[in-house]
Amino acid sequence: MNAVLHATWLGVARGRQAFLNGLSNPSDLTSIVVINGSLLAMIIFRRDDPVPGLGVSMALVTLPSLIGLLAGFGGITGTALSLAMEREDGTLLRSKAVPHGMVGHLVGAVVLQLLNVALILVLLLVAGLFFVDGMTGIGVGGLLGLVGIVLLGMAATLPWGAIAGSLTKSPASTTGMVMLPFMGLAAISGIFYPISNMPAVLQGIAQVFPLYWLGLGSRAAVLPDAAAAAEIGESWRLLETLGVLGLWAVAGLIIAPRVLRRMARRESGADMEARKRRALARVR
Amino acid sequence: MTAIEVRGLRMRYGTKDVLDGVDLTAERGEVLALLGPNGAGKTTTVEVLEGFRIRSAGEVSVLGVDPAQGDEAWRARLGVVLQSWRDHNRWRVRALLHHIGRYYEPYATAGRPRPLPTDELITLVGLEGQAEQRVATLSGGQRRRLDVAIGIVGRPEVLFLDEPTVGFDPQARRDFHYLIHRLSDLEDTTILLTTHDLGEAEKVADRVLILSGGRIVADGSADALARQVEGEAEVRWSRDGERFVHATADATGFVRKLFAQYDTEITDLEVRRTTLEDTYMALVQREESGQTLPAVTPFGGAA
Repeated sequence: MNAVLHATWLGVARGRQAFLNGLSNPSDLTSIVVINGSLLAMIIFRRDDPVPGLGVSMALVTLPSLIGLLAGFGGITGTALSLAMEREDGTLLRSKAVPHGMVGHLVGAVVLQLLNVALILVLLLVAGLFFVDGMTGIGVGGLLGLVGIVLLGMAATLPWGAIAGSLTKSPASTTGMVMLPFMGLAAISGIFYPISNMPAVLQGIAQVFPLYWLGLGSRAAVLPDAAAAAEIGESWRLLETLGVLGLWAVAGLIIAPRVLRRMARRESGADMEARKRRALARVR
Repeated sequence: MTAIEVRGLRMRYGTKDVLDGVDLTAERGEVLALLGPNGAGKTTTVEVLEGFRIRSAGEVSVLGVDPAQGDEAWRARLGVVLQSWRDHNRWRVRALLHHIGRYYEPYATAGRPRPLPTDELITLVGLEGQAEQRVATLSGGQRRRLDVAIGIVGRPEVLFLDEPTVGFDPQARRDFHYLIHRLSDLEDTTILLTTHDLGEAEKVADRVLILSGGRIVADGSADALARQVEGEAEVRWSRDGERFVHATADATGFVRKLFAQYDTEITDLEVRRTTLEDTYMALVQREESGQTLPAVTPFGGAA
């Protein structure tokens, strides 16, 4: 087990290095700035819109919802895309050729997503403190609650992202099969509009998946208790939140290792060559 | 001591036998070159030995272990140079080599410290000028040097190289040949490399194996191969407007007889020594045209 532990620590170093590599890459940096900038712009536009009957601004409701959304996005889509890309470009096969390299590979992928989400969290929080009334009042308890719910949300989504990234054939098909359903789910999960205004069917669907609960939990941590009036059942439903997210996390952590092992076992140079040819054909 | 032992290796995809009874053996410190046309099964063979692909039948042992059952401690004793593409593009050369090397730390032994120190490795493959460069900015040949460096960072006892010199200029090629000799002589590394370059096989390999139609159709030292090939020559001539071709070991004697028999009727006489390439082509074509061959054709006995 000593070598496994060693490879786990190397995975942490790997994720950290990949994160730094991304920060010093102009195109990655541009996308971080553009995505966060536009989200921030949306929040700032809503800073003076009051939510009727809650006594808080739209901005204060939107900010934690967005943090929940981005944590789920990183967990599912980010993980799936990075695994699919690293399989296509040969990183996975390279890791397989190294003793316990797969351990480092997966730990690295998880750490990279955690760091990416942490960066976004910090950026949005700091911006929120400056631009959004009421953010300064969340206190240490609110902050810890937010970090806790984001970590639980990552645990609920990361394994499923890894599963999705292992089952899809190419990064392009990952985008289609993971990103689009995620966008659909985001639209009905009460991130941009209160879920209590949605038709009952959509409310039912949204409550099956972790994304709604991630947003709800984040709002619970940031907003005053009175704001729960806008939620389903006029409550933050803390136990249900922990229950649903916990179930997704446990199920994912049970299933993901099997799927990942199967994917890793089947990976070979010939498969990679075939994917490379297909990818080059797409480029031409 | 035997490092690689393969008996009756078969690989079947659906109804097609890609490998149809491959036999090969490599002693410790020996360098083997595996030649063969595209699709002959070179990569498949190497992948079975690396433990990346599960064989359909046959017995395979690498460092005394069946690759299908090989654990991570076994893997730590192997080096693999893949046909790479564009992985780790954003990493800097030194950081990447250092990172991958660290996975081998728990497997160091008194006689074989692992991994190779990063700077020593960088010098060994000639990437001193690119150590701080990002992988994406490397040229094709530099990228391939990096692949070789990753393959040997764990000081492997057995090293597999799949077409290692693609994109190398003549200087890089010579450096690579030197590196192969160094690894087999000083580190006692057993090396199996696939290549399309016959000259390269001749320079670096103790033994050349030709894989065609899913079997090893030739197995011998490059020297023995060359000696056997030099004996063969091809004589072409015309008589009565008709072209003739004859392969013979004694070209001079044959031509003397030809003139004795037909004298001035002979025109367009041409005598050509067969090259290593001709033998290779002949063997491969014979196999592809469906003519049966014995599983192994020794080239007049190995040296």
